[in-house]
Amino acid sequence: MSVTMAQALNTALHDAMTADDRVICYGEDVGMLGGVFRITDRLQERFGPQRCFDSPLAESGIVGTAIGMAMYGFRPVVEMQFDGFTYPAFDQIVSHLAKMRNRSRGTVTLPVVVRIPYGGGIGAVEHHSESPESYFAHTAGLHVVTPATPGDAYGMLRRALTGADPVIFFEPKRRYWASEELDLPHESAPFGQAEVRRQGSLATLISYGPTVATCLDAAHAAAEDGWDLEVVDLRSLVPLDTERVVESVRRTGRAIVVHEAQVFSGFGAELAAQITEEAFYHLEAPVLRVGGFDIPYPPAQLEHYHLPGTDRILDAVERSLAY
Amino acid sequence: MSDRTEPAVPDATSLLPPMRPVQLLDEGGELHESDDFPLDLKDDDLAAMHRFMVLARRVDRQSIALQRQGQLGVYASLLGQEAAQVGSAYALGPSDWVFPTYRELGSALVRGLDPEHLLHSFRGTWLGDHDPHEHRFGLLSIPIATQALHAVGFAMAAKLDGADFVTASYFGDGATSEGDVHEALNFAAVFDVPCVFFVQNNQYAISVPVSEQTRAPTLAHKAVGYGMPGYRCDGNDVLATYAVMRHAVDRARRGEGPSMIEAVTYRRESHTTADDATRYRSEEELAEWVPRDPLTRFETLLEGRGLLDQDRKAELEAEVDALALRLREEIYDAPHGDPLELFEHVYVSPPASYERQRELLRGEIDAGTYTDDAR
Ligand SMILES: Cc1ncc(C[n+]2csc(CCOP(=O)(O)OP(=O)(O)O)c2C)c(N)n1
Repeated sequence: MSVTMAQALNTALHDAMTADDRVICYGEDVGMLGGVFRITDRLQERFGPQRCFDSPLAESGIVGTAIGMAMYGFRPVVEMQFDGFTYPAFDQIVSHLAKMRNRSRGTVTLPVVVRIPYGGGIGAVEHHSESPESYFAHTAGLHVVTPATPGDAYGMLRRALTGADPVIFFEPKRRYWASEELDLPHESAPFGQAEVRRQGSLATLISYGPTVATCLDAAHAAAEDGWDLEVVDLRSLVPLDTERVVESVRRTGRAIVVHEAQVFSGFGAELAAQITEEAFYHLEAPVLRVGGFDIPYPPAQLEHYHLPGTDRILDAVERSLAY
Repeated sequence: MSDRTEPAVPDATSLLPPMRPVQLLDEGGELHESDDFPLDLKDDDLAAMHRFMVLARRVDRQSIALQRQGQLGVYASLLGQEAAQVGSAYALGPSDWVFPTYRELGSALVRGLDPEHLLHSFRGTWLGDHDPHEHRFGLLSIPIATQALHAVGFAMAAKLDGADFVTASYFGDGATSEGDVHEALNFAAVFDVPCVFFVQNNQYAISVPVSEQTRAPTLAHKAVGYGMPGYRCDGNDVLATYAVMRHAVDRARRGEGPSMIEAVTYRRESHTTADDATRYRSEEELAEWVPRDPLTRFETLLEGRGLLDQDRKAELEAEVDALALRLREEIYDAPHGDPLELFEHVYVSPPASYERQRELLRGEIDAGTYTDDAR
């Protein structure tokens, strides 16, 4: 069956709510409307307004109450309508969601899932195209994950809704409508396990979320020129599968990290450091980073100049090969 | 900023808003004047307000059309809210300030802003395209409620500086749930600043009706908890909106502090062009609001007073047609800006790394990466 990422996420929520009646889903417009991206479509109809409902327009309120719900014993899965509207909830996420377990010496765990449609490429107005993953990866106590395929969207959301730690679940919104042949339910690898999406020997492209598909496109184009590129999909930033990444780079000798977020202080910096630490003597070239520029996300008409495309990736491969 | 003298504790009942919104012009176009909210408008003012409402409605229609033709990324319609926007903005003086939301073309017109500047933001040519100081109209603010605090801070600064103007903080019913609005109301009251909070209660925050947003008797009641008066007006009545706003602005100007107005109105279109309101509200509900149209009743009044005849209508029609055409010409297939400008205006003192990034982008452009073929 051909399944889009949006359908896969909707089915995952549906199946999780069926499997566990402590799973509660709420946020802005997620009830009758089914969310602005329809990820919660029909959940209210199916499970009733006690288990899927609209909240007042207040992100700090949404995450703060989810923390309270989780302390009581529920499993809230809440939606931030867009990446750029997560920021009012930042305090609750960083000060409490991430830290409660530690502060209570392990007595309180908070199995809260915060779903965030993120990233650009959909021609949106301001604040609707951000890639804020590094803020959260930089906060101990949170799992930070992002699927790149419909199968992983399903499998990872199910995992998030059965795990014990809080999860910041980034959904690459410009891939919502991309589909793949898939049988649901689909089981995904645990968090902390990267997947090699394409095997290759010349260099390793390391990415996550929306740019995994871009890397595969780049690898495909490069194959025509006889360049054999490997593509690693991290799937989860925290926990990070350093081992799989390092294993690949040791084989290819070259690593290029790709993400939409600005390069400066982006997640690529962490990868570059870890690769350098773990695979220094195998490297034929410095780890290169490809991403958005260090600027506020541009207006819609200019966003394609900002987003890392296949050309920018292949240019980096060429620079890597030139060493 | 506080001078540590004990401020007088306000009498709570004196702050309470009426449950029934103030209405001066009924749905049939009949005027019922009020001693509490007197009207000081001359015929010229009435004609000017009418003109702004007609312009707003036409600009709105043109914007929707441009979006449908793929010329704007998205657009948030003000249809049905013309009276609320024009009436409130008309009550401000030239030195006063507006801190708007994204659904504020009507107030923008009153402030003298050319609407194409705002449409370029919806097109995505630039993020913002006007100098807020020119017409004392802030940048459109998309993160809900955030601008409310800016209006208060601006008023705090004005007060410190002895400047004589009022700030108007615009937001929607949904915004009243965000912490920022509550912090703004509280700061405004604590520092006793000349700021008027103008809430357009258009009954919905996207799909969520106001009845699910709050359990307060009315939105205006929220003001009382912060120690300022709350007012309610029929937001489809341009004269009531003007008179109530004028009252609030005048008392702020006299140094009597902030207040909050709830203008009761209705969003007749979907939330934005990306939304489909038929998924969450009925045709019947929508139909109830059509006879309460803000323009119809105002035109009935103007016609009765001999201020609006066929000639004047034709004249206005020609003016709005010309404006609509100008907008179309300005926006349709408008080229995007120079991508290298993305590195301008981020910092006053940009990091040295910008030069390298600019070169990378320049190289990509020169290599033809962004020609239509390559995309
Ligand atoms: C902080 C924040 N959260 C969510 C959104 C997404 N969003 C855009 S408009 C809107 C509803 C706003 O409703 P209201 O304040 O009543 O104003 P209206 O659009 O009806 O004029 C929402 C939830 C946003 N822009 N900002």
